[in-house]
Amino acid sequence: MRISNLLLGTAAIAAGLGAAASADEITVATINVGHMVTAQRLTAEFEAAHPDIKVNWVTLDEGTLRQRITADIATDGGQFDVMTIGMYEAPIWAERGWLLPLDFDDAYDVDDIYEPIRAGLSYDGQLYAAPFYGESSMVMYNRELVEAAGYDGIDDHASWQEIREIAAAITDREAGFYGICLRGKPGWGENMALIGTMANSFGGSYFNDDWTPAFETQPWRDAVQIYVDMMNESGPPGAESNSFGESLALMNEGRCGIWIDATIGASLMTDPTESRVAGKVGFAQAPNGGTENGSNWLWAWALAVPAGTDSAEDATTFIEWLTSKDYIRLVGETEGWAQVPTGSRESTYDIPEFMEATSFADAELEAILTARPEIGPNKPYVGVQFAAIPEFQAIGNAVGQQMTAALSGELTVDEALANSQEIADREMRRAGYY
Amino acid sequence: MIITDKQKQTLTHNLAVATAWIVALLFFFPIFWMILTSFKTEQQAISIPPLLVFEPTLDNYRVVHERSDIAGYAWNSIITSFGGTVLALLISIPAAYAMAFRPGRYTKGILLWMLSTKMMPAVGVLMPIYLLCKRFDLLDTTGVLIVIFAMMNLPIIMMMLFNFFREIPKEILEASRMDGASTLVEITRIVMPLAWGGIASTALLSVVLMWNEAFWSINLTANNAGTLVSLVASFSNPQGLFWAKVSAVSTLACAPIVVFGWMTQKQLVQGLTFGAVK
Repeated sequence: MRISNLLLGTAAIAAGLGAAASADEITVATINVGHMVTAQRLTAEFEAAHPDIKVNWVTLDEGTLRQRITADIATDGGQFDVMTIGMYEAPIWAERGWLLPLDFDDAYDVDDIYEPIRAGLSYDGQLYAAPFYGESSMVMYNRELVEAAGYDGIDDHASWQEIREIAAAITDREAGFYGICLRGKPGWGENMALIGTMANSFGGSYFNDDWTPAFETQPWRDAVQIYVDMMNESGPPGAESNSFGESLALMNEGRCGIWIDATIGASLMTDPTESRVAGKVGFAQAPNGGTENGSNWLWAWALAVPAGTDSAEDATTFIEWLTSKDYIRLVGETEGWAQVPTGSRESTYDIPEFMEATSFADAELEAILTARPEIGPNKPYVGVQFAAIPEFQAIGNAVGQQMTAALSGELTVDEALANSQEIADREMRRAGYY
Repeated sequence: MIITDKQKQTLTHNLAVATAWIVALLFFFPIFWMILTSFKTEQQAISIPPLLVFEPTLDNYRVVHERSDIAGYAWNSIITSFGGTVLALLISIPAAYAMAFRPGRYTKGILLWMLSTKMMPAVGVLMPIYLLCKRFDLLDTTGVLIVIFAMMNLPIIMMMLFNFFREIPKEILEASRMDGASTLVEITRIVMPLAWGGIASTALLSVVLMWNEAFWSINLTANNAGTLVSLVASFSNPQGLFWAKVSAVSTLACAPIVVFGWMTQKQLVQGLTFGAVK
C-alpha cells in the first residue's frame, strides 16, 4: 500500500514537472537521412500555410527509431502523431489495427505513386502509409578503376561471376584498392537485404509455399558462396562490420571499384566537396544469377499515422503535404533538383530539370520498376529483401549473424545455411505456421 | 654497471610517471580525436590514413546549431541530472544513515541486493516502465527522467554514502542522543556536516552518471524532454556520412560535464578513491 502510494505520489510530482504537448502540435518520428533533414528545414513552409499546426521533429537512428515507434505503437503510447516506417512494417501494423487509413483528396493523385510501392504500403487495398521516397538497389561503380582494370564498364544485369572477375581485376590490397564493397554487418536490413536479393536472383526465396524455410537449397548455396568468395578475394578488410555508410565512404574515397547497394547511394556521390568520385560513377542494373528474378530490392520510407494519436487530422494534413508533388517541386526549386526525394512518384521523372540534374535517375527508376516484391511461385510472401511477416525480423537478424560468420570464416557456407534453416524452422514452428 | 639505490628510486619514479602519462594519454585520446574530428569535413573525417593536419571548419557546429535547439537539450540535461541527484540524495541519506548507524540482521544483504539490481539489463524493464509512464501520462517529461535517473543510481549513491557514514565515530552520535537529539537532528546537524565532503563527491559523481545516461533518455523522450545524449544519438545517419557532425554534437554534449568534472576533480577523486588507501 505504501509503495503504491509512493509510486502515485512520485508520478504526480513528475507529471507536474513535465510538459504536455498542446492539441495543435504534432510530433513526427523520423530517421536522420538527408531527405528528412531537408524536410525539417522546409517545414516552416508548411507551418506558414497551416498556422494552426506546429510540427515537432524527433530524429533517431534507424535501429532506435524502430525500437521506439514499435514500443509506442504497441502500447498505444501516443508519443508520436506521424511515424516514419518502411514497407516491412506498413502491412503488418495495418493488419493489427495500429495505423489509421490514409485518404487524401484528388489533387494528391494517389495513382501517381508507383504501383509496387503503393501496394507494399497498403493492406487490403487501402493505403496506410504514404511514401516519402522509394529506392531499389543497383550497381554503382568507379569508372576510372573499372577502366584501369581493362573493362569498358559494367553491363546491366551482368552475372555475379562477371562482377566477381571485374572486382578481382580491380583489387590491389597493398595499394588500398578494393574491387567490391558489399554489406557485411549482420541484420535483416543490413547484410540480409543484399544476400536475400542475391538468393532471389539465383531463384531462391526465404520460405517455400508451405512456409518452411528455404535456406538449405541450391540457390542459397550459390548466392552465399559467391558472396563469401568475392568478398574474400576483393572486399575491404573488416567487411563483417561494413554497412551502407562504410561502403559509401570507401566509394567516396575512390578506394572501392564496385558497390551494390541502395540506389540512394548514387545521389550521395554527386557532390565534389564530399566525394572524390563525383562525376566518375557509372550505374548498371543489379546482377543476375541466371534466373528471371532480379537482385534488386524495393524499399520505401513512408509516413503513417498511428491509431493512438489525438491529432489524426493534422497528422494526415502534414503527410499529404510532405509526400505531395508540390513538395517535390519545392525541394527542387529551393534545395536543388538533385536533392528531391525520388522513387515514389511517376511525375518526378517527368520534370526536365530533375532528369537533367541527375545522371542516375534512369537507372534508379528502372531498378524500382523492375523489382518484384509480389507473391509468386514458391514465394508465399510480399517482399524481395524481406518477407512481410512479423516473424521475419527475428529470423532475418539471426540468419544475418550466420552469414557474417560465414564471411569471417568462422563457419562454412553449408554450416551457416544449416544453422539458418534450423533457426528459421524453430521460429516458424513456434509461430504456428506448420 | 652498478645502480645505486638513489638511481633505482629515480628510475622507478620516472617509470611510474611515464606509465601514468601513457595511461592518461590513452584515456584522453578518444576525446582528443572526437574534438579534432568535429573540425573536419565529412570526407576528411573518414580519410585513410587519418588526417592530423587539415584546414579546420566550423561547419559541423553550424549544422548542429541550425538543426537542433541545443540550449533546450542542455537545459533538460541540467534539470534531469541535478534534479535526479537531489532526489537520490533525499532518499539515500536517511537510508545510508539507518544502515550505517542502526544496522540490522539483513543490512549487508540488502546492500548487496541493491547493488545486484545494477546487473540487470535496463531493457528488461523497459516495457513495464514505458507502460507505467503512459498510464500516468509521464512520457516525454523531465519529471520521469528525474525519477528514473534517481532510482537507477540509488544503489551506487547509497553504497558510497554508507561507506562515508561508517567513518563517523558512533560515539559522537551517542553523545548527541544523550543530549536529546532526535534522529532528524542527528542526520542534519551531525552526520551531514561531518560527511559533507563525501556527500559532495557522491553528488558530483551522480551528476556525471546521470548526465551521460542514454538508454532511458532515448527511450522515454520525444521533443520535450530530450537530453544532450539523445541529441547525439539523433545525428547517427544510416545513409550517408555523419562522423564529423556526430563529433561536433558530442563535443558540445561532453563539454559542460568535462568542465564541471575538471572544476570538481578534487572532490571526485576523493569520492572515487575513498577507502582505497587506509
